[in-house]
Amino acid sequence: MNLKRSLLLGMTGVFAAGLFATTALAAPDTIKIGAIISVTGPASFLGEPEKNTLVMLQDQINKAGGIKGKNIQVIIEDSKSDETQAVLAAKKLLEKDNVIAIVGPSTTGESMALVPIMNAAKTPLVSCAAGAPITNPVGDREWIFKTPQYDTSAVEAIYTYMKKHGITKIGIITISTGFGDAGKKALQELAPKMGMTIVADEKYGPKDSDMTTQLTKIKAAGAQAVINWSVGPGQVVVTKNWHSLKMGIPLYHSHGWGSKKNIELAGKAAEGVIAPLGRLVVWDKLSDTHPQKALLKKFETDYKALYKSEPGTFGGHAYDSLMMVVEAIKAVGPDKKKIRDYVEGIKKMPGTGGIYNMSAKDHCGLDMSAFEMVIVKNGDWEILK
Amino acid sequence: MFTVFLQFLFSGLTVGAVYALVGMGFNIIYNSTSIINMAQGEFVVIGGLLMWFFTESVKLPFFLAAGLTILSAGLVGLLMERLTIRPLKSADLLLMIMVTIAVSILMRGVLMFKFGKDPYTYAPFTEGEPFTVAGAVIQQQTLWVIGVTACCIVMLYIFFNKTMMGKAMRACAVDTTAAKLVGINVSRVVMISFVLSAMVGAIGGIAITPISLMEYDKGPMLAVKGFCAAIMGGLGRGRGAVIGGFAIGILESMTAGYLHSGMKDAVALVIMLAILFFRPAGLFGSVAMSRLRKF
Repeated sequence: MNLKRSLLLGMTGVFAAGLFATTALAAPDTIKIGAIISVTGPASFLGEPEKNTLVMLQDQINKAGGIKGKNIQVIIEDSKSDETQAVLAAKKLLEKDNVIAIVGPSTTGESMALVPIMNAAKTPLVSCAAGAPITNPVGDREWIFKTPQYDTSAVEAIYTYMKKHGITKIGIITISTGFGDAGKKALQELAPKMGMTIVADEKYGPKDSDMTTQLTKIKAAGAQAVINWSVGPGQVVVTKNWHSLKMGIPLYHSHGWGSKKNIELAGKAAEGVIAPLGRLVVWDKLSDTHPQKALLKKFETDYKALYKSEPGTFGGHAYDSLMMVVEAIKAVGPDKKKIRDYVEGIKKMPGTGGIYNMSAKDHCGLDMSAFEMVIVKNGDWEILK
Repeated sequence: MFTVFLQFLFSGLTVGAVYALVGMGFNIIYNSTSIINMAQGEFVVIGGLLMWFFTESVKLPFFLAAGLTILSAGLVGLLMERLTIRPLKSADLLLMIMVTIAVSILMRGVLMFKFGKDPYTYAPFTEGEPFTVAGAVIQQQTLWVIGVTACCIVMLYIFFNKTMMGKAMRACAVDTTAAKLVGINVSRVVMISFVLSAMVGAIGGIAITPISLMEYDKGPMLAVKGFCAAIMGGLGRGRGAVIGGFAIGILESMTAGYLHSGMKDAVALVIMLAILFFRPAGLFGSVAMSRLRKF
């Protein structure tokens, strides 16, 4: 009995000493940054490249000597694509790990759930999700930033291009998911402001296999162009149907179109399709003087070498979010308030999503200039002037 | 105006053919076991994805790839019956249906591991421009889908009416105990019904993938629509599922065309409910017979 107790005591002692030792050792040398990512669950197609990017960047930065001699540690928590889990992860990162900033979450819903928590904890959050309400109204979002472009910027880019080419009557077709609904709202809101008339407004489900009916209706309504707003297989089916109907009017996709896989799947049908895309997918077609080119090239080649797949736009969001925090720490040191102020003051910072110009009024820092209008030609992207 | 109507009709036929094939798969199993196989949609997915694997990845010629795909799907059906349904033979029907749901989730998991979450497709059976009929366009592959569906219908008809095995299966459908008494091997009938229905599902998958693409989680949507087709036509009625499938496909397309595309699923389901309200056994089912069954 006595032996047992002393053994137990001894072991606890060793454990405690060990714990103390590791924290004591870790504290002065590492800067802890939290990350909440949908590694599993329905949004894992976002979380997978995001997690990979964060791990890759952490290793690269530490190998290059860290920040002023201090290593960074990105503590990645899996939110399982669930708001409740995201909140729990944030509490763990803030209270147990004492992180100085959080990168993520991957989806708009999870990001919204964290807004009050991060404001109360006075810790900066740089989200990887696109929804406009994450950073608006900015008055109640003091500590919240995001790096993906606004949906409205993509719509603006399309409308501006269309106007230049004399298109004013459009038919829209959107997928019945969060992404499609947000796009539909942006398309409808901006149309009157930019002199566009929506003559047909159609929908389809994420697993639908034929959209010929909707496209036929759009054509019969007298549209001069079709805009499809979706991610996933739906945009390929729309492209194929558009092609086989020989509609005679151009097809535009959202910024969700930016994957070579889509061109492969649609084959010949993709020829001539136009979409506003971030520069990550067309970096090799940019002029050498473009401020984003070197960074995009390095990111894409490093990622491909390490993971044998493309980082895609989503990996890029994680890149931008983490690099903002890292740049801030480099400039002002590991202080939450100073990091926040630095990020809010970022000007002309090139990232994968565009060139960021943050301000007290805009916690995203991107506008339609983040996009290039890109057409599919001979199975490849081509930037339209 | 007529052109537009024709275009809606073609779109409805394309979608409807798939529903019909899935619905027929439901009927084959239901007839010999009274089980509603919720993994029916996954058989279609297996068909599409394996066909991609054999043609694009292993680069086999078309017919060999199709044959292998159909055989593999049959094997999956056989394993499903031997490993999950047969051991539970005397169990409650509701439990068996639960088991098929579990199997469908398992299959989705395996497919996701093997193929990932990306959609897949391969070249249509015949390359070339779509046909134009009175101004409306119909893809060549759509004709293939309808043709393949028709072939399946004819072959199943011959099997069930002209062969001994098919007649034995129909006997099981009428009364399992009586079938046993006249010496029919009921256990084998059940097994064959699973194999057959997996094969029919896979054939559907092979035919529709060039049109609709295929990804690991397309199964549940197909199962729901195919189930509606089978119910609408009268569960267990071969031609019922076919007509039910085409009816739902055309209804959806016409609703999307003449009302609004956001309402297409709702309206099709409301009409289906209305039909069942007035004809509880479906369009072709007999009320007296449906009362004799548990489901």
